[in-house]
Amino acid sequence: MCLAVPARVDSLDSAASTAIVDLDGIRKEVSTLLLDEVTVGDYVLVHVGYALERIDPVEAAKTLLLFDELKGIEP
Amino acid sequence: MSKLNIKSGLVEMAHGSGGRVSAVLIEELFVRHLGNELLSQGNDASAFEVPAGRMVISTDAHVVSPLFFPGGDIGSLSVHGTINDVVTSGAKPLCLSASFILEEGFPLAELEKIVLSMAEASSLAGVPIATGDTKVVERGKGDGVFISTTGIGLVPAGIHISGDRAEPGDAIISSGYIGDHGIAILSSRQGLEFGTQIQSDSAALHELVADMVEAVPDIHCLRDPTRGGLATTLNELCKQSSVGMQIREVDIAVRAEVRGACELLGLDPLYIANEGKMVCICSQKDADKLISVMQGHPLGRDATIIGEVVVDERQLVVMQTSFGGQRVVDWLAGEQLPRIC
Amino acid sequence: MKYVDEFRDGDKARRLAGRIHNEINPDRQYRFMEFCGGHTHAIFRFGVHDLMPENLKFVHGPGCPVCVLPAGRIETAIQLAESEDVILCTYADLMRVPAGKGDSLNRAKARGSDIRMIYSVTDALSLARENPARQVVFFAIGFETTTPPTAAAIRIARSEGLNNFTVFCNHVLTPAAMHHILASGEARIDGILGPSHVSAIIGSFAYADCCRDYQTPLVIAGFEPLDVIQSTLMLVRQVNEGCFEVENQYSRAVSETGNRKAQALMAEIFEPRPTFEWRGLGSVPDSAVQIRPAYAAFDAEQRFSMQAAQTADIKGCICPAVLRGVSDPVDCKLFATACTPEEPKGACMVSSEGACAAYYSYGRHRAEMGKA
Repeated sequence: MCLAVPARVDSLDSAASTAIVDLDGIRKEVSTLLLDEVTVGDYVLVHVGYALERIDPVEAAKTLLLFDELKGIEP
Repeated sequence: MSKLNIKSGLVEMAHGSGGRVSAVLIEELFVRHLGNELLSQGNDASAFEVPAGRMVISTDAHVVSPLFFPGGDIGSLSVHGTINDVVTSGAKPLCLSASFILEEGFPLAELEKIVLSMAEASSLAGVPIATGDTKVVERGKGDGVFISTTGIGLVPAGIHISGDRAEPGDAIISSGYIGDHGIAILSSRQGLEFGTQIQSDSAALHELVADMVEAVPDIHCLRDPTRGGLATTLNELCKQSSVGMQIREVDIAVRAEVRGACELLGLDPLYIANEGKMVCICSQKDADKLISVMQGHPLGRDATIIGEVVVDERQLVVMQTSFGGQRVVDWLAGEQLPRIC
Repeated sequence: MKYVDEFRDGDKARRLAGRIHNEINPDRQYRFMEFCGGHTHAIFRFGVHDLMPENLKFVHGPGCPVCVLPAGRIETAIQLAESEDVILCTYADLMRVPAGKGDSLNRAKARGSDIRMIYSVTDALSLARENPARQVVFFAIGFETTTPPTAAAIRIARSEGLNNFTVFCNHVLTPAAMHHILASGEARIDGILGPSHVSAIIGSFAYADCCRDYQTPLVIAGFEPLDVIQSTLMLVRQVNEGCFEVENQYSRAVSETGNRKAQALMAEIFEPRPTFEWRGLGSVPDSAVQIRPAYAAFDAEQRFSMQAAQTADIKGCICPAVLRGVSDPVDCKLFATACTPEEPKGACMVSSEGACAAYYSYGRHRAEMGKA
């Protein structure tokens, strides 16, 4: 349910509440109406042309760290 | 006789009437840009000498929206597409026919751009357009321009390439990055526009194929993975040859942007159309030689072996995913449409 | 792709799965419902179930918007498109979903109705601006993820005075469906992989009642394969310890309270619908939203006389049981015979997130591929 992909905010048009986001070279205009605050460089979840939420880089790093702690465990 | 107002004129019903207005359109647009010895015979049927040997014929109707897209347009596409179909037999393409269905109201200036693009593609490939036809349909009954092209080619002696010749153990080769054409088209489609550097890979592959056939006359199968993408082409070949296939995701070349666009729209690169790629199946012993010949040609530079033909009465294409699992790569069901869920 | 590729590492996945094998109790069964079609899709696309122990089973849930929409709602929309001069637009996912008697939006379009596929509801607004003389109706579907964009569009339409734009609202609510499934108990679920993107909007607190009332653990799980496996491990641990808490594995996008701005926007435009019919679940109280009276001008059901269509169940189709987590697609007599992605009989065969389509595309030949 609900296909949404993380994309980086490249530029903002605060008057129009839109942003240009980049996903590995694909640039798309999305609405930022649903976000309280967003800055260039943030990663946001894009769904049907709207940015739904910002990705928290600290939390993402924590989750990844949990995977790395598994090193040494036999697959 | 009145002159054609190419700059601001529109296609009118009379342009397809067969009368004087039609003649002006044909003379000032088609013959002027596409002109060659065969076309200038001016007959309903163009005559040409037939060399001895096996010939092939292939036809393709071209409908594309938008008509102009990054890396090409319907004009060059209609030349490349049919040349590529002809060369899947290993043949040298000799000539093409082209028939146009124009929609009333279509700007003549755009039509000229399309015809010029066809002319360029045809002359670069050295494959003349030998005969043509034009009809006009009422406004609302067409989508600007439809172009059907038919190609005739001559198969060199001793070459027998066919979709039913894939044998267990054979190598499966893809000539390069997949999905570029389909993503370029989507990026310029109304309502979906996104920015990308991706260009259509639309190109005529006759030289590449000629090199391949010369190096390895015993190529088993060739097919261009257009509509339905690589996945559909592989499934077609499995069915035709009654075999299965094992392919490896890590060996299939997909550009980062194509992957990105696919993630964004919920599509799968394996099902996205290509217009300048070739899938080739040959004996394992010929594979390395073929790869090096392909990589020596600009249009095959990124060729890789993507898998092997296997015995499988269910005729499945099974992919080893880069994640480490296995997955059936099925026929395309319905259309590839952007999805939200 | 940042935040995607790191979560698709096969080696790490196998190590994480190794943990599950180590910690699982071999003497019991674990039945985990992945609520969302997004998880179903990921599990099949990446072969996550191949890495799981024999006694751990993923049960598919109802979290596929086009799967749970009853055929009658599609028929109602088709009737509208055929009886009034409207442009009906909707997400591509819905175009092939079977209504009654083999009909679909695609077929209505082929018969001549003006039905268009759009990528975003903002495209529907553009259509309304470009066609001021015509009525543009947006056939809105989806859970809480897709609802805020629809709310935003309605607000934009009002501020622009776009009087030819209306919404045929079919937005549904996740917690209500979850309550309904857990209350019946028929799916015998030991834990739930909770929605990723729905939760980004509604927050992890939204599931606290469910976990407590039905003593069932829930882990909000990202849609990438490592997310799914890690969340599964978290569920295994909760089950082993007898816990039933809401845990949040997808903390990079989900907070406890969710996206307040989106919630406020939804609350401004929509109000709870007393009851709504779901394919598979039947009538579920307070499980959907409708447009508030203050915005009635943008409600297609108010502007047009839309008739509720009743559609008989498709004979032999077990989509309802599949959506409740009671049956597997392969239990259906129509599966891969009368019902295929080319000619779907049931909704679950249409969307690539539908359990039947996922089984068909990726899993149909698993047994023959050497793994049952």
